[in-house]
Amino acid sequence: MTEKELGITIQRLSHQLLENHLHYDNLVIIGIQPRGIFFSNRIVEQINRQISPQKIKYGKLDNTFYRDDVRQGLHTLNQTDIPFSVENKTVILVDDVLYTGRTIRASMDALLAFGRPAKVELCILIDRRFSREFPIQADFVGRSIDTIITQKVKVLWQERDGTEEVVLL
Amino acid sequence: MQLSTKHLLGIRDLQASDIQTILDTATQFKEVLQRPIKKVPTLRDVTIVNLFYENSTRTRISFELAEKRLSADTVNFTASGSSVSKGESLLDTVNNILSMKVDMVVMRHGASGAPHFLAKHIPAAIINAGDGINEHPTQALLDAFSIREKLGSLAGKKVAIIGDIMHSRVALSNIYLLKKMGAEVMVAGPPTLIPVHITEAFGIPVEYNLRKALEWCDVANVLRIQLERQNQVLFSSLREYSLAYGINRKLLDGLSKEIVIMHPGPINRGVELDSDAADSRQSIILQQVENGVAVRMAVLYLLAGKATNL
Repeated sequence: MTEKELGITIQRLSHQLLENHLHYDNLVIIGIQPRGIFFSNRIVEQINRQISPQKIKYGKLDNTFYRDDVRQGLHTLNQTDIPFSVENKTVILVDDVLYTGRTIRASMDALLAFGRPAKVELCILIDRRFSREFPIQADFVGRSIDTIITQKVKVLWQERDGTEEVVLL
Repeated sequence: MQLSTKHLLGIRDLQASDIQTILDTATQFKEVLQRPIKKVPTLRDVTIVNLFYENSTRTRISFELAEKRLSADTVNFTASGSSVSKGESLLDTVNNILSMKVDMVVMRHGASGAPHFLAKHIPAAIINAGDGINEHPTQALLDAFSIREKLGSLAGKKVAIIGDIMHSRVALSNIYLLKKMGAEVMVAGPPTLIPVHITEAFGIPVEYNLRKALEWCDVANVLRIQLERQNQVLFSSLREYSLAYGINRKLLDGLSKEIVIMHPGPINRGVELDSDAADSRQSIILQQVENGVAVRMAVLYLLAGKATNL
């Protein structure tokens, strides 16, 4: 995906999120560390632009402690910052790539340590279809692609990599 | 993000990068402790034995809480009241531990070097919770974390360690750690309680005048008089000690700047620290205790990866 396509998709997804949750007072967006954050920052920026002057509740979640391979090699810890309660809220988990589904499984378990959400939905930029190892599905998808195990999807962001695009390696 | 050692026996053997890793990891664990559910399943498959041969409230509860919050299984041994001599008794301990197939041992013992001895004989990872008058690495780590939290960083900060330096493992671990992380250290106290060659050994200044030490420092880490470790009379009376080396509000208000007050606990109120200083806004003593759990969680988490007794 080029920078332009990425921008259009992000805009479309943010509109979709608002459209499906017209009463956004009860909506909460949570970006998954470390790479989902760049994507979720942009989604939140787009949403806030539309509901301005109000702002959507936005948090960041690190799921390292809940990974199923947590001690098979130490993973870098990133910041978890959820400065509000998720009790009875509709939570949208946001991540860049959905592959095996293990990250989302771990993120859901991490999320439950913060309270009992009314509903959890998933917003993903790239869905690697047919590669799931867990029964996890995305509710809002940027683009769905077919890949094989040896391929890798890399999402590049301006702040971190200097360019904005999605590549298949 | 790994530690360079399998055990945490002392700050002496740690590299500055290890210390940085532990402090950064502790920051994340402190966040976990603010959550509604203060528990993570990370050490679910690990068994830890708390082997405490000396009395302890703070350290033992802190370690136990840290272990439970990581979902580990804990076993507690206390040998209070018995004077365990080095050598045979420890070997018996070793055999007991081996037969229980534990992954990690948190050990506090009255003999310096006891955890090092244990580390040579069993495959489990050992964490030193205080050995004799040698080291108390997790205390130094939580002290450093607390200083960093209050003042932003460790490098260049002036820390005065005050009191019974000679018998204090907290002092020694702190000296090692602060020097490795670029802080300036000074020790202060009565001449009878400061080892004679400390300046030559560590390159740190000694100050016998309390006021001068407090004037110099940004942080004062106040130590308890270790009465249980002294078998000779090293000062005339507790009252004399507190007159010359006790810290109170009046003394603190007379300084040219506001300094941070720390104490590893338990405080002998009225001896080394008066209540009006210990409970003041300048004191981070309770934060130290709070940070202790986060720091110990970080140490357990980082060492558990290497604890493969499976």
